[in-house]
Amino acid sequence: MAAYNEEKLGEILGALPPAPEAWVRAAQDLPLKRQGLDEIVERADADEEYRRRVIENPVAALEEAEVVAHADAVEILRRRLDK
Amino acid sequence: MDSVQAMSMRVELTDAQLVARCRAGDNEAWRELVDRFSRYVYAIAVQAFRLPEPDAEDVFQEVFARAYEHLHKLRDDEAIRPWLAQLTRRLCIDRLRAGSAEHLEDELDVVDAEDTIEKLDESLAVHEALAALTGNCQEILDRFFARDESYRTIGNALDLPSGTVASRISRCLTKLRSEMEGRNLGAPAS
Repeated sequence: MAAYNEEKLGEILGALPPAPEAWVRAAQDLPLKRQGLDEIVERADADEEYRRRVIENPVAALEEAEVVAHADAVEILRRRLDK
Repeated sequence: MDSVQAMSMRVELTDAQLVARCRAGDNEAWRELVDRFSRYVYAIAVQAFRLPEPDAEDVFQEVFARAYEHLHKLRDDEAIRPWLAQLTRRLCIDRLRAGSAEHLEDELDVVDAEDTIEKLDESLAVHEALAALTGNCQEILDRFFARDESYRTIGNALDLPSGTVASRISRCLTKLRSEMEGRNLGAPAS
């Protein structure tokens, strides 16, 4: 078996720099985002007035549920409320 | 979770165990899964497919969103890495096709992209071996090689003289080499 030398190991380690922290955090927070969306949809299903407000202003509803209102979250929310 | 806890979980759980925990709804395991593969997905997007950062960010988020959504469809939990690689590849190619003519030229370099992904697979294996070393070794090697920090920056961050930083890097590389050999991960013949 050909062994790695230290120089080669260093070079290989350098091939995987960290992803930007904000990207990683956003991906790590997906379950929380999903939970926030679930709560909004559940409440909208039970409360017609709330549903109307969410449809009118999904960004405000997401912020109220402490979900970062990225475009994808707004889109998912709209899609789920349309069902 | 701090970096030492993350490193500890990384050593303790195999990919399959981590996937199983994610599927069971363990949010901490999901955080670790993202941490474990974030560099890999990022590197495929920016190195293999040379996506500009805004496109790479969209692909990165989409990969993990789909992974979270479809984790239950993974037939072999141990195959999470190739599954993520394939997902990333597909989304990068979609992004290139939807992009400008300048990017379409890059699309022709799929063979180059595959070569780069092979190298990234190798790098991921070395990073996994690195995770078996002490936290100090992980940090100093990661800072120097992957984060491209200078001796001075590392010395300031870890409160060490530059000369000590250099000797620790050397010692830790030797340990990493032993770890690789212990795993039978010798360098491929070149």
